[in-house]
Amino acid sequence: MNQAIVALRALFVGDVHADRVVPPTGYTAWLTLFVSGAMAFLAVFSLALSLATGRLADRWSSELARSSTLRISAPSGQMAAQTQAALEVLRTTPGVASARALDEAEQRALLEPWFGPDLPVDSLPIPQLIEVIEDSDGFDAEGLRQRLAGEAPGAVLDDHTRWRTPLVKAADRLRLLGVISIILIAATTAAMITLAANAALAANLQVIRVLRLVGARDVYIARAFVRRFTLRALVGAGVGTVLAMIAVAILPDAQAAGGFLTGLGFQGVHWLLPLLIPPLAAIVSFWATRTAALRTLGGMT
Amino acid sequence: MIELHNVAYSYGGGELFNDISLKLAPGSFHFLTGPSGVGKSTFLKLCYMELAATSGQVRVFGADASQMTRDDIARNRRRIGVVHQDCKFLDHLPLAANVALPLTVAGRDASAEAANLTELLNWVGLSQHTDALPPQLSGGERQRAALARAVIMSPDVILADEPTGNVDWEMSQRLLSLLVELNRMGKTIMVATHDLALIRAAKAQVGARVLRIQNQSVQLAGADL
Ligand SMILES: Nc1ncnc2c1ncn2[C@@H]1O[C@H](COP(=O)(O)OP(=O)(O)O)[C@@H](O)[C@H]1O
Ligand SMILES: [Mg+2]
Repeated sequence: MNQAIVALRALFVGDVHADRVVPPTGYTAWLTLFVSGAMAFLAVFSLALSLATGRLADRWSSELARSSTLRISAPSGQMAAQTQAALEVLRTTPGVASARALDEAEQRALLEPWFGPDLPVDSLPIPQLIEVIEDSDGFDAEGLRQRLAGEAPGAVLDDHTRWRTPLVKAADRLRLLGVISIILIAATTAAMITLAANAALAANLQVIRVLRLVGARDVYIARAFVRRFTLRALVGAGVGTVLAMIAVAILPDAQAAGGFLTGLGFQGVHWLLPLLIPPLAAIVSFWATRTAALRTLGGMT
Repeated sequence: MIELHNVAYSYGGGELFNDISLKLAPGSFHFLTGPSGVGKSTFLKLCYMELAATSGQVRVFGADASQMTRDDIARNRRRIGVVHQDCKFLDHLPLAANVALPLTVAGRDASAEAANLTELLNWVGLSQHTDALPPQLSGGERQRAALARAVIMSPDVILADEPTGNVDWEMSQRLLSLLVELNRMGKTIMVATHDLALIRAAKAQVGARVLRIQNQSVQLAGADL
């Protein structure tokens, strides 16, 4: 533990002399800053995408899983009788927790977005809807359909899974893509920083050779490079993350507009997650530069 | 200090050395001579472990060089001051920082030894140039700076590769007397040079032995020099 603290202190506080023995590394400095910033920006969006689609998938599967709809279309004379019969069938179906016929006001509310508020529901041949809530075991949809066919021939069971499953699957897939993107972004950052570090090392071969000849240990030489690249990645990723978080925060809120659309954004404690990106970028950079430096040094005597 | 046992070396082509056995005793003063291209620099590189023997064993301060870790080599190099033939420096740092570099990389506080540094730079006649960058120095000044850098750690062994190659006679005498003085303080010295006049001048001041590289081997030269 103590050793780790000493190492971290050395990394951030730095050794002025160790820093000076390697000349400024010019354009690789800007390259590293830019790459870490851009990658952090992209990582924040991938993270937002993953979290948003995750929420969407969770909601679709939990809200819709437990409910189904029974739709009864019958001549107006038989409507009440068939509704009663269907409710009776549902009451005796294992796996059904509750069933309830929607009243007129509820049906009108459902239709309102399409036909306006003045729709005379009672004078139109509108099917009666029954909301069915499953218990945790669920019911056998095929068996229920067969029983309904006998008791209430005008009833059609819509158990939602038909269209819910592909939606949840799509949302899950989207979340997976988000996660893969984050991994790819981390790997790309490591690759780009390795290239930049190798360029810096190659430009300073002479310096490294002199340091080695006057008795510098590998870690001493490596540290001068590692420290620079780690700090640059931290700063670059910090700026990129903050900009991306601001961009996400000022996205227009989609929640009000569409029922199913969740805004691409962070909610609650999830706002803390992007703050992990700069330290992660620093760790990736530390590891990439250290590996590159020690590999270069290993080829020298 | 440094021992070679049946050492052979080749850069990949023919063998440069074959079966060299030699011991640098503490406090000894050796010259290494032979025509250009015979392998003087290569021999010194074997001694400070920039090169590893193709066969045989090099022992530095009692330890087998081929068994040392990279950190061991780094630490042992702090006890060996080397004046390289091509005097490499860190071109972005001023002369004083370059001369103090062995202290810096060893983690020692160079400012605590500032007096030492000033005196040393005076000795090699570079006190006017402490802030100059190495590329601004003449060949002779670079060689004097290299010697100053080689001795700043007060090493046990000093290996100098053509240290007087670019300096005039007077300066080469001064460098030589610095080396002789270091030898009197008990340091082990080895100087590669093809300058026979320098060797003769040294022999008047110190009991130096002369090694000659010939026929892929190192021989003790007679008193005929
Ligand atoms: N890095 C190298 N690769 C291949 N051959 C080399 C290398 N360095 C030196 N040589 C060859 O080894 C021989 C000895 O070189 P060197 O030790 O520099 O001689 P000296 O210092 O006596 O002039 C020369 O023929 C030289 O061309
Ligand atoms: Mg040479």
